[in-house]
Amino acid sequence: MNFGIYEAAVAAVILAVLTGIRMMSSARTASLGNWIGSAAMLAAIALVLWHNNIIGTAELYAAMGLGALVGIVLALRVTMIRMPQMVALLNGLGGGASFLVALSVIFQNHEAMDIPARSTGQLALIIGAVTLSGSLVAAGKLHGLLPQRPVRIRGAGILSFLFLAALGGLGSWATFADAGTAAVVSLAVLALALLFGIHFTLPIGGADMPVAISLLNSYSGLAASICGFAINDILLVSIGAIVGAAGLILTRIMCRAMNRSLIDVLTGGAERANAAPAKAQSPAFAPAAAEEPTAAADPASLLASASSVIVIPGYGMALAQAQSQVRALYDLLESRGTTVRFAIHPVAGRMPGHMNVLLAEVDIPYELLVEMDAINPDFASTDVALVVGACDVVNPAANTAEGTPIYGMPVLRAEDAKNVIVCNMDRRPGYSGVENTLYAMSKVCFIEGNAAETLERLTVAVGASAAS
Amino acid sequence: MEFIILLIVFAISTIVGYRLISNVPSLLHTPLMSGMNALSGVTVLGALVAAAVALRTGSKALGIAAIMLATVNLVGGFMVTGRMLRMFRSGK
Repeated sequence: MNFGIYEAAVAAVILAVLTGIRMMSSARTASLGNWIGSAAMLAAIALVLWHNNIIGTAELYAAMGLGALVGIVLALRVTMIRMPQMVALLNGLGGGASFLVALSVIFQNHEAMDIPARSTGQLALIIGAVTLSGSLVAAGKLHGLLPQRPVRIRGAGILSFLFLAALGGLGSWATFADAGTAAVVSLAVLALALLFGIHFTLPIGGADMPVAISLLNSYSGLAASICGFAINDILLVSIGAIVGAAGLILTRIMCRAMNRSLIDVLTGGAERANAAPAKAQSPAFAPAAAEEPTAAADPASLLASASSVIVIPGYGMALAQAQSQVRALYDLLESRGTTVRFAIHPVAGRMPGHMNVLLAEVDIPYELLVEMDAINPDFASTDVALVVGACDVVNPAANTAEGTPIYGMPVLRAEDAKNVIVCNMDRRPGYSGVENTLYAMSKVCFIEGNAAETLERLTVAVGASAAS
Repeated sequence: MEFIILLIVFAISTIVGYRLISNVPSLLHTPLMSGMNALSGVTVLGALVAAAVALRTGSKALGIAAIMLATVNLVGGFMVTGRMLRMFRSGK
């Protein structure tokens, strides 16, 4: 390989992409980092057009123009609430593009490709197709078009194994076959991989979506990278691998924050099925219920007299679209000199970082959005913990109720605060199916109903108590 | 030979990417994910070449379709990332 202008430019593009990613590690520089990343990709496109002498091929521009137009419209129209399904959808398209390239090359070039190129071509076909159909199923679930609950199929594990074995067999066949056979077998591989993607995502439940999205994100990068092997393109290999690594990190962080193994998430959590008996095992539940009457302090006067408040948002806040009500309450409390901060659990919501985006949208300064480990020690010295649509992430049973699905899951220690106000739809257990022992504690004031309405009433009441 | 070089590039990119991304705070995980998502549209580079050199109609059509999907991914991804990042406002 001669090191010429092209190779130097490729290295520059990769360096620029890495610099952009590096700048993503601070909110101050992230926006610029995103620009650098986009500019690097634009430069890469120009570079490839020039290097391959296809700069004058009109239909390429037409296709790019059309794609860009659709991308712009999608990006401008999407609301922050719908961001998880948007990310899933875009992710799927990336996977789709990878398998289309692989298929195009297999149809065109099979005879000229060596064995490594042929086999990576088949692999790109498989991973790309799994990414596409898996992401579409995930997006469908997030958008409410498909059932959010895990769909379990009897013998799903064996079926997965059969899928993989069949894909491996067919892929090898296509690798060693002549061009005509390879084309036909590749189509079979494609169809089977699309089915496998559906089979793979259907069992994953709504609250496990942060893991699923991260994993699919990783796959879309991997698909691009493997596709790069098939067509001998360093940029695809390198940048695809970076994306694959990013998805892998997020997947690991999400799994750890939920105290779930990846296998567990992918199989729809066998444990969840027998979560019901957990209720009886949580020791704090029954006795605490008897003390209930002592709670009762008026939530509005609690907030009005508090000098420090920590708000704990959960997916319920997104469902009730209560962000602006949270913002209104924050404004009021802050104007009264109350210290208000927000405790963000890593898996609150439907994708990594979901709560941060929703709160940033209503202009909550990001310094006030505090990670779990940093804020947990502060609950004990806090007057009021205000839970808005969160359940499992504040369930103390995670520390005590051995044998339940959430035992060992790191949670926000709302129960340490002097008073707790919970604005949830109802007292039903969260996704884990484990009864929330927090609700029954004497210092907890539970306000049932839509969080947006509850918060609005609370804000009015706090304002009124200030005036009087 | 080429294949070995690609394998080395793959390994180095994975390691460097992994290290850089580990530093991203959870505050920015959503924009990080959608930014990475946009980058997976890098496939457009392969699609451009595949579409341009394709002689058969079928291969050409697949290449063109790949360009379109990858550009939606690329442009849409970078734009939503930008939209989200602009929302993160400092209180100071």
